[in-house]
Amino acid sequence: MPVMTLAGTDVDVDAEGFLTDASQWTEGVAAEIARAEGIDELTDRHWLVVQVMRREFADKGTGPAVRALGKISGVGIAELYQLFPKGPAKMAAKIAGIPKPRGCI
Amino acid sequence: MSDDGTGPIRKVSVVISKGSLEGIYPGLIMANGARAEGMEANLFFTFFGLDAVHRARHDHIKLATVGNPGLHLATWAGGLPGVSTVMTHYMSRKMEHLDIPSIPEMVEMIAQSGAGLYGCKASTDLFGLGKADLIDEVRDIITVGEFYEMAAGGQIIFT
Repeated sequence: MPVMTLAGTDVDVDAEGFLTDASQWTEGVAAEIARAEGIDELTDRHWLVVQVMRREFADKGTGPAVRALGKISGVGIAELYQLFPKGPAKMAAKIAGIPKPRGCI
Repeated sequence: MSDDGTGPIRKVSVVISKGSLEGIYPGLIMANGARAEGMEANLFFTFFGLDAVHRARHDHIKLATVGNPGLHLATWAGGLPGVSTVMTHYMSRKMEHLDIPSIPEMVEMIAQSGAGLYGCKASTDLFGLGKADLIDEVRDIITVGEFYEMAAGGQIIFT
């Protein structure tokens, strides 16, 4: 399994760069993944969504797809796409250090 | 950026040409999924597919119970009064259980995701429809030529 050094921490990642061990995640790791994905600075709204992702993963073992993410976080679909232009569920999960959600809707 | 067929897909143009429940959902799911993956997506509604964005009709889309062998229901039974309504209701309940949005809800969500929604000019002419008959999320009524211009450099999915 590939290992990456992010914010001074060694983390295990899959082929797409998603962390395979959510416990290795730190806020510094999140910020560095975000920068690599084109988000220079994580705002409070980004963090809100990222925290929802981590909480859902801890509770259910998987992060929500876009529609559920909108419902659970209370952030509207349009804003989710503004915050995470390359795909809200996918990007937020990557930044949150959890596997890519597998929902279709 | 142009798709030469070797790299990841960056843009899709989905055509929805049928007006049944099972004719509309797959195209919506393909377009929504494309946006969720960060791809550019446009949706084109043509022929009976226009019902998916028709103000008065998009909340009344029915499952085809005649001429639909996948349903495993005898054709004569599928044609009985009320059968399509009952089957549609049954299917909608199952979808609600799985948290799959209704067609109007899903179309709205796709528009909010930044995908473009367009009506087909030949079809609106044929059915005597104007932009006012279609939901506000529809950006424009365009010709097939304009569709191809917009689809350039991406993949076209016809449903």
